Amino acid sequence: MENTIEVKNLCFTYEGYGDVPDVEALHDVSFTVEKGSFTAILGHNGSGKSTLASVLCMLSEPASGEVYINGKLMTGEDVTDEDVFDARRRVGMVFQNPDNQIVASVVEEDVAFGCENLGLPPAEIRRRVDDALECVGMRKYARHSPHKLSGGQKQRVAIAGVIAMKRDCIIFDESTAMLDPMGRREVMETIEYLNKVEGVTVILITHYMEEAARADRVIVMNGGRVLTTGTPGEVFSEPELLWDADLDVPQTTELLYRMKKAGLDVRLDIFDFEECAAEIARAVKKRQSEVK
Amino acid sequence: MAEIKLCDVNYIYNKGTPYEAHALKNINLTIGEGITGIIGHTGSGKSTMVQLFNGLAKPSSGSVLLDGRDIWEKSERVREARFRAGLVMQYPEYQLFANTVYEDIAFGPRNMGLSEDEVNKRVIDAARFAKVPEGVMNRSPFDLSGGQKRRVALAGVIAMRPEFLILDEPAAGLDPGGRRSILGGIKEFGKASGTSVIVVSHSMEDMASYCDRIIVMASGKIIMDGTPAQVFSRYNELIGVGLDVPQITRVASALAEHGLDIGRDVYTVGYAAGKLSELFDK
Repeated sequence: MENTIEVKNLCFTYEGYGDVPDVEALHDVSFTVEKGSFTAILGHNGSGKSTLASVLCMLSEPASGEVYINGKLMTGEDVTDEDVFDARRRVGMVFQNPDNQIVASVVEEDVAFGCENLGLPPAEIRRRVDDALECVGMRKYARHSPHKLSGGQKQRVAIAGVIAMKRDCIIFDESTAMLDPMGRREVMETIEYLNKVEGVTVILITHYMEEAARADRVIVMNGGRVLTTGTPGEVFSEPELLWDADLDVPQTTELLYRMKKAGLDVRLDIFDFEECAAEIARAVKKRQSEVK
Repeated sequence: MAEIKLCDVNYIYNKGTPYEAHALKNINLTIGEGITGIIGHTGSGKSTMVQLFNGLAKPSSGSVLLDGRDIWEKSERVREARFRAGLVMQYPEYQLFANTVYEDIAFGPRNMGLSEDEVNKRVIDAARFAKVPEGVMNRSPFDLSGGQKRRVALAGVIAMRPEFLILDEPAAGLDPGGRRSILGGIKEFGKASGTSVIVVSHSMEDMASYCDRIIVMASGKIIMDGTPAQVFSRYNELIGVGLDVPQITRVASALAEHGLDIGRDVYTVGYAAGKLSELFDK
């Protein structure tokens, strides 16, 4: 399987000043992100998630370690500016606050902003902007003013701007954190559509365990290191590890975990509420028949 | 016990222009003790409503009563309302401005004209409730992490010892540990000081765990008002207005279909686990 992103032994330090000490934000971080996959990154505030994202977008340079984008080494002495610009054209980012990433006063102009900077011909920009707005379900708002949209709609406009630039990989840095439940649903559906239908590699940084449970793979960061990694089933099956790292597990997992502690023979790697109920019902019936 | 009452309140934005929007429609509401949660999707009128409680917004019609007296009757009343009802806005960390954490927290109580001794006492108390680490009091607030800045901003409002503490999305963007600690601190402060707390949040799980009462807003109206159990048992209606129920409530409803009925009013994992254990231990 081809890798879109590979990092090896990544370290990153924020330099201190005065009586503020250095902060080692990333320490010996290694992982790979397969092309077309959906990876979630979890970790408490200050665990190094956002630093990691900015290194992957080539916005920050690591102190040591290697970053490969589409197989090409992006760190070290031999990397040219040309290489860095090329990598930035492959990896896009959507931030947390929709109000901080909208620049134009008309939705379609905002979506076109990145393409204009790429120097694309106007006809091509027109086509990409229309396609991108269609993709996030915001076509009918093309001529609207962004500041009148809801948070979820603004965030989808920001996503359209990244889609229009045709990135291979998009990093979402807590892009659902400020949204209401409907906005979160809209944005998550858009992210899954991009991943499953358009084949975009997705890296989702989130504090919502239910969102992480929908990824192919979860990376848990703690104190600048990778604490654990695996499928959502593998990672969430160890709730204590996550609780100790100030994280949480989906409520389905927590219920199953408590049931298991109470002596019920259940699996822990279930995130769908109907499957969770079915699993408990099955285990309860089994137990009742044993008692009889 | 202090009480805020909204009587037949309407609020209209941009009245008389093409952008006119009727944000609140005939709201009648009394807020008393305990923790009251307000939920509703973006644009449902929640934030407009909380701005009425402390006189930041003036209703287009109707009245806002604090202990039975209209806060818009005289200008002194509004000033009084702003001290008695403290509002912590969304992302309050962007409002920090002083040179040190201590000075920032002390700003509100100093403006109330309190003595330096009293200010000092309140700053220390407030920092404890908001879980601001002691070591940072003389640091610049801009050197702190996002979560710590949030605590400092919260402490700044708590230090004014409001009788009503109003919080708009106090835990947004925090990790689960941070959410637990900040919401836990608010609950503790409410209990210890007898302050009524009003929280606006999009997290149904958080609201279920911390609130005594939940008000649901949709299209500028109050559509539900009750205990978390009462509100979350109206599952389909909530989803119909763009909201959600805690995941555990959905599990409970699915369990009932499998013949394991633990009730419709399940909204925390602990409660569900307890109920289930009773069932299979029989």
